[in-house]
Amino acid sequence: MLSSRPERDGPTALVDAPPVLALEGIAKSFPGVKALDGVALALYPGEVTALVGENGAGKSTIVKILTGIHQPDAGRILLEGAETAFPTAEAAAAAGVTAIHQETVLFDDLSVAENIFLGHAPRTRWGLIDWRRMNAEAREMLARVGATIAPETRLRDLGIASKHLVAVARALSIEARVVIMDEPTAALSHKEIEELYELVERLRAEGKAILFISHKFDEIFRIADRYTVFRDGALVGAGHMADVTEDDLVRMMVGRSIEAIFPVRAHNVGDEVLRVVGYSHPTEFADINFTLRKGEILGFYGLVGAGRSEFMQALFGVTEPAKGAVRIDGKVAVIRDPAQAIAKGIVYVPEDRGAQGAIRAMPIFQNITLPSLARTSKDGFLRLAEEFALARRYATRLDLRAAALDQELGQLSGGNQQKVVIAKWLATRPRVIILDEPTKGIDIGSKAAVHEFMAELAAEGLAVIMVSSEIPEILGMSDRVIVMREGRIAGEYERAGLTPETLVRAAAGIGEAA
Amino acid sequence: MADRLLRSREMILAVAIGAMILLISLRFPAFAEPANLGRVFNDTAILVMLALGQMAVILTKSIDLSVAANLALNGMVVAMLNSAFPGIPIPALILLAILLGAALGAVNGLMVWKLDIPPIVATLGTLTIYRGLIFVVSGGAWVNAHEMSPAFKDLPRAALGLPALSWIALGVIGLAWLLYTRTATGRAFHAVGGNANAAVYAGIDTGRTRFAAYVLSGAIAGLCGYLWVARYAVAYVDIAGGFELDVIAACVIGGVSIAGGIGSVAGAVLGALFLGVIKNALPVVNISPFWQLAISGSAIIIAVAFNARAERRKGRVILRTAEHRA
Repeated sequence: MLSSRPERDGPTALVDAPPVLALEGIAKSFPGVKALDGVALALYPGEVTALVGENGAGKSTIVKILTGIHQPDAGRILLEGAETAFPTAEAAAAAGVTAIHQETVLFDDLSVAENIFLGHAPRTRWGLIDWRRMNAEAREMLARVGATIAPETRLRDLGIASKHLVAVARALSIEARVVIMDEPTAALSHKEIEELYELVERLRAEGKAILFISHKFDEIFRIADRYTVFRDGALVGAGHMADVTEDDLVRMMVGRSIEAIFPVRAHNVGDEVLRVVGYSHPTEFADINFTLRKGEILGFYGLVGAGRSEFMQALFGVTEPAKGAVRIDGKVAVIRDPAQAIAKGIVYVPEDRGAQGAIRAMPIFQNITLPSLARTSKDGFLRLAEEFALARRYATRLDLRAAALDQELGQLSGGNQQKVVIAKWLATRPRVIILDEPTKGIDIGSKAAVHEFMAELAAEGLAVIMVSSEIPEILGMSDRVIVMREGRIAGEYERAGLTPETLVRAAAGIGEAA
Repeated sequence: MADRLLRSREMILAVAIGAMILLISLRFPAFAEPANLGRVFNDTAILVMLALGQMAVILTKSIDLSVAANLALNGMVVAMLNSAFPGIPIPALILLAILLGAALGAVNGLMVWKLDIPPIVATLGTLTIYRGLIFVVSGGAWVNAHEMSPAFKDLPRAALGLPALSWIALGVIGLAWLLYTRTATGRAFHAVGGNANAAVYAGIDTGRTRFAAYVLSGAIAGLCGYLWVARYAVAYVDIAGGFELDVIAACVIGGVSIAGGIGSVAGAVLGALFLGVIKNALPVVNISPFWQLAISGSAIIIAVAFNARAERRKGRVILRTAEHRA
């Protein structure tokens, strides 16, 4: 089933039972991005296959293809050896493929039994829902997954781990053959993770084929039988877990040449601008300490959910930290809301620049001047001429393509909307700019432009914090890199001599990173 | 062009109003005479002002159902004060009505801001409470014309070319234009409703902005409370009953988006005038006033359908083309 790619590691001959579900040569593109490029994946009955890869490797896309949400552009889906297609989510469910997501998709205000049997509830002969039978069967399903939850319980009242159990019970109730678990342990406590492992064991014993997606190597080595590694939308390896080491998997995940060309930078690092001391939040992050200097690009690497964005948002005043202090130019600064952060020269360009940055019904110039209105006002009244002048300056600087500045933002193309959002932040004349995943979801050409621009900002003396989950970008742009894991700083590294392996190990918590 | 598009939306409404006046004047030429149009404007003045206040609330993606009850409560309070203490100067009564109205609006705003109560629920509650309060303060009794001082009743009618009521409305329109287009608060109303997330990141306190919108809507309702009672020279529990729906209708017809973030002073004024022309024209053309409800209802639906189409045309989601990756 697996095409013999030259770079593939692991054993080549897999003489076992045939796979329940196999994907061959799957390709999928989104506008500007090739998400999957001829990948293969096989899932065997009674075995757990771990799918590993960096953020952006194409893992979520393959899950969406398996569950009928996306259609592949090319390739075949084989169910028990016969070619098939999943044109809809219902078709995938009917074929026995079910997914348990990171944020489990269930209905909080329905009972456990209703969640399990939604869409296929047992009926009375009058066509009404047979509540007694439904609750009885739900109790049976829950017992099978080892859960002691009353079927009548409202889902809202359950913890995340119990919700997972309900999701699995639902999977059993539709006679699933393939169970996809997409980072199921991301939000679980230690004890809950143990329970989840038991559940996986039970599903394996029932002969289900399980696809287990995780960033955590300890759990992959604990419960997976096989592995498949994706990198940049391509298959780079597959085989038995018994035949690989952690090092092998890390190498497959990151082992690439850094093809993207990054701008050459002067690295004129100046005085300290920002110092963060002991920033902690009750649940999201703890004890964050670092300094940032003028003209520096400080990379923040970590897995999705490591608490990087949460910390940055607290630093910007969107959420309040429980404790900790910020010094700007050596002076203690109190930041309780974004307005104070902006006034003190810190700005945050959110990851989702469309949803969190663009006001589409508002004219371009008003979008740009929104955080700078104090500067364009006099005696409490806005001065439109000043606003236009400010907007024009930054629109020109970013080479914005728009018919006029009083055009509605929503009428621009996506790339130009992003430029407006960035212009908005530059127009505040910040000292520190936090860029959260600045190139996520944009094509290669635009990425280069963003990198170029970031280098320019640093060269002008702006202090830049770049949150990124892409290793080439981190290595290509940063002067210094901080790795976060589970809400804490897992390591701080100078750029010189930093390797992708070190970053991955620190982010995943493998051994002690050098 | 955003402004041109908005302007054209308002232009269409202005043309519709003009066409309506023209059609009526073909058979009833007196309707289009300046003096009569002035009367129509004067008759619509309160609706215009309330719509301008309501617009602030709707811009922030909220709604104020309590405006008419707020108006009626303030009208009753100032009418009773005037009848009991005719010596209180009228300007003091007007100021009191504005402040009391703003306070009632602040109650709405606090519930939405601090208690996170959905706007429609909060203001539906205060609508009922404020109406109930009118009964409590008045004991269900009317304040009739003969109990009001002449100064109290005459102010809206005092003519300086136009009746004072019209002048006040024009003043409110001017102030509203300044507020919405030339102040940071006005900009914040648009930003909060346009994209609350983006507003937060731009340093705008969305809760405080909503609160300000409710206070504004309440203050205007307070002012209109006095004007209403003085103009009709009567105050009772049910004055302006259901008028909040006319106010919201005026906004919606004027292109103020219920989804927040879109709306202009010209639009709200024209929306109110549209309803005003219909209301004043129906008796002239001898159509039962009961048709008025059906006609303004149809106008709302047409306006919303029109605006929804206009928004869909530009509503492309292109920013997150590659969101499925990762």
